[in-house]
Amino acid sequence: MKRVSLALISIVSAFAVQSALAQTQDKPKDRGTLQGVKDRGTLSCGVSQGLPGFSAPDDKGNWTGLDVDVCRALAAAIFNDPSKVKFVPLSAKDRFTALQSGEIDVLSRNSTWTLSRDTSLGLNYTGISYYDGQGFMIRKSLKVNSALELNGASICVQTGTTNEQNTSDYFKGNNMKYELIAFGTADETLKAYESGRCDVFTSDVSQLYAERLKVAAPNDHAVLPEVISKEPLGPVVRHGDDQWFDIVKWTLFAMINAEEYAITQKNVDEMAKSSKPELKRMFGTDGNLGEQLGLTKDWVTRIIKATGNYGESFDRNVGAGSKLNIARGLNKLWNQGGLQYAPPIR
Amino acid sequence: MANEPRKPPLQLVARLRRALGGQAGWSGVVVQILFVALVVWVGYEIVDNARANLQTQRIASGFGFMSNTAGFAVSQALIPFTESDSYARVFVVGLLNTLLVSIVGIVIATIIGVLVALGRLSPNWLLARIAGGYVELIRNLPLLFQILFWYLAVLATLPSPRQSISLFGTVFLSNRGLIVPDPVPQQPFGVFVVAIAIGIVASLAMRAYARRQLFVAGEKLTIWPFVLAMLIGLPALAIAMFGAPVTFDMPQLRGFNFVGGAKVLPEFAALTIALSTYTAAFIAEIVRAGLQSVPKGQMEAGASLGLSRGETLRLVIIPQAMRVILPPLTNQYLNLTKNSSLAVAIGYPDLFSVFAGTALSQTGQAVEIIALTMGVYLLISLVTSAIMSFYGWRLNRSLAA
Repeated sequence: MKRVSLALISIVSAFAVQSALAQTQDKPKDRGTLQGVKDRGTLSCGVSQGLPGFSAPDDKGNWTGLDVDVCRALAAAIFNDPSKVKFVPLSAKDRFTALQSGEIDVLSRNSTWTLSRDTSLGLNYTGISYYDGQGFMIRKSLKVNSALELNGASICVQTGTTNEQNTSDYFKGNNMKYELIAFGTADETLKAYESGRCDVFTSDVSQLYAERLKVAAPNDHAVLPEVISKEPLGPVVRHGDDQWFDIVKWTLFAMINAEEYAITQKNVDEMAKSSKPELKRMFGTDGNLGEQLGLTKDWVTRIIKATGNYGESFDRNVGAGSKLNIARGLNKLWNQGGLQYAPPIR
Repeated sequence: MANEPRKPPLQLVARLRRALGGQAGWSGVVVQILFVALVVWVGYEIVDNARANLQTQRIASGFGFMSNTAGFAVSQALIPFTESDSYARVFVVGLLNTLLVSIVGIVIATIIGVLVALGRLSPNWLLARIAGGYVELIRNLPLLFQILFWYLAVLATLPSPRQSISLFGTVFLSNRGLIVPDPVPQQPFGVFVVAIAIGIVASLAMRAYARRQLFVAGEKLTIWPFVLAMLIGLPALAIAMFGAPVTFDMPQLRGFNFVGGAKVLPEFAALTIALSTYTAAFIAEIVRAGLQSVPKGQMEAGASLGLSRGETLRLVIIPQAMRVILPPLTNQYLNLTKNSSLAVAIGYPDLFSVFAGTALSQTGQAVEIIALTMGVYLLISLVTSAIMSFYGWRLNRSLAA
């Protein structure tokens, strides 16, 4: 008799599990990511495990960086409060699984846009927040001036990145031998490089500059001039929720458009009173573009107040106003000779 | 010690039946059917749910990706591997690397473990304390910490390739690993192998004959000089008649690194050292407990039969101790194998690192890859414990005989 009741209990509990499963399965479909975020009260945002300039916690534990600003802008647009973000640090190899499984709402973590990631992973890239390319860092004492002199070198790389495959392509294409040692996280990779396990550390150039700040004597290391790949980085969302896709996409576009119209954190209130038609559309004093997105009319004002425009964020985090001091380069606006170009808000 | 005969393992079905309500009659059968139905249904729901979710996110599923080109390099491969090989081959490369580190680790851990256990039981005060200190120190520190210690604090401090420590200009030790001359098989290699095989077979036959003589005629034969002569003499004869079976590919420093030669990666060395010393501490305690579980009287009984201390240990004590040692020892072997997945921290390309890591993040086939990886670790564990149970069964049979 004891066994029978045990079996009954397991059947009942299995039913409970099943109905719970059915509920979680239906939730995102029925209510959408935006509603889920609103209900929860915070945005869950996947970032790197600490890449200065892009996403890293400061000494007080506040996350800052270019990728972090995208999350803050989103939270500002949704909650009018840029602090309502939970940052989830992810390694390169875990990031997409975390997004697919719904652990995070958006992935803003220097991730390269490729066709296979955009299609077979069940993901959508929302735009390009940083135009990057892969490079090589090496000790100056080895007296190497070009990546083409790297025949036979040991190369440290972070596993699960496009860098792994690019390196293979580049060395094979140039008929050079190499030894590739892949590590789980950026920190482990850097440590191995520093200890002399590898001659070369390869990653996206922006990341090389950021990691170089972490080594004992940054000036003993140089980044070689060759950029061997295109690495367009940008925020990523899951397939299957078009409204959320639009919101993330247009949050980034709003930041880029704001720079184009010279709307800054300081002058945003003043500009909001402007009578120029394009500014009236952006600030929601004409039409309801923000509401069409599922946000409020003043969504651009909220975003710019929180993070500033794209140029301000770039300067503060990775550009001239930061320790990294990376030149704007390709990331200049389209009308200043760069590639940053956002579709119009109208 | 009661020596009740143990039945051979692999009674899974019978055991399962007992576990599921082994009472006789209809109620038992009904419960069993219900339980199996429940398990099948829950399993179906899980699979169906996963499939539906994958479909709504438009994630491609299935194992078709296994034949796609991987496009990345792996630092250590036991079979030929290039960037243009498939993910299926990545899987095999990773699996072989896992097996290599596990098998080498198990062998070394067992040797160290037994020596430490004997040291701990030794009447020599100093030796016993050193062995005890080893066990307490090693087993109380986290394994990941020990792996990183060997990798970053010990092996990384070796000099760079250009300043590497060299032995007669043939063996080089640097922070890129240990580089030794690579043996390349030549024409007479087959003859050489056959000579060794004949030596081994003949030795085994001689050992069987000696045992028979011992049991039948009570005559103790000294066979080791003959065995030694055959194991060394036959291959030597083969070399003398047919020439050297291998030539060596010598490593040479060229550019950044050594060219030619065979290489032991520091990642492999660090992982093997850490895994085997760590597991050895546990094995030492298991072996010590096993030896101490055999009553003292057995030693005295052996001595009174005129056996030497070594013979008593080998023929009387150890077989009895093995019965206590085997089950926890099997667990330690399984732990070592599973712990090898910590390799990802130091860049050793084991199965978990290259397949469930790199291949997963490049293809995004999380469900398939995780399922396959889980299956492989499960299979390795089952095979290991099957081998150990078989050994235990044979041991018990010989004890009961």
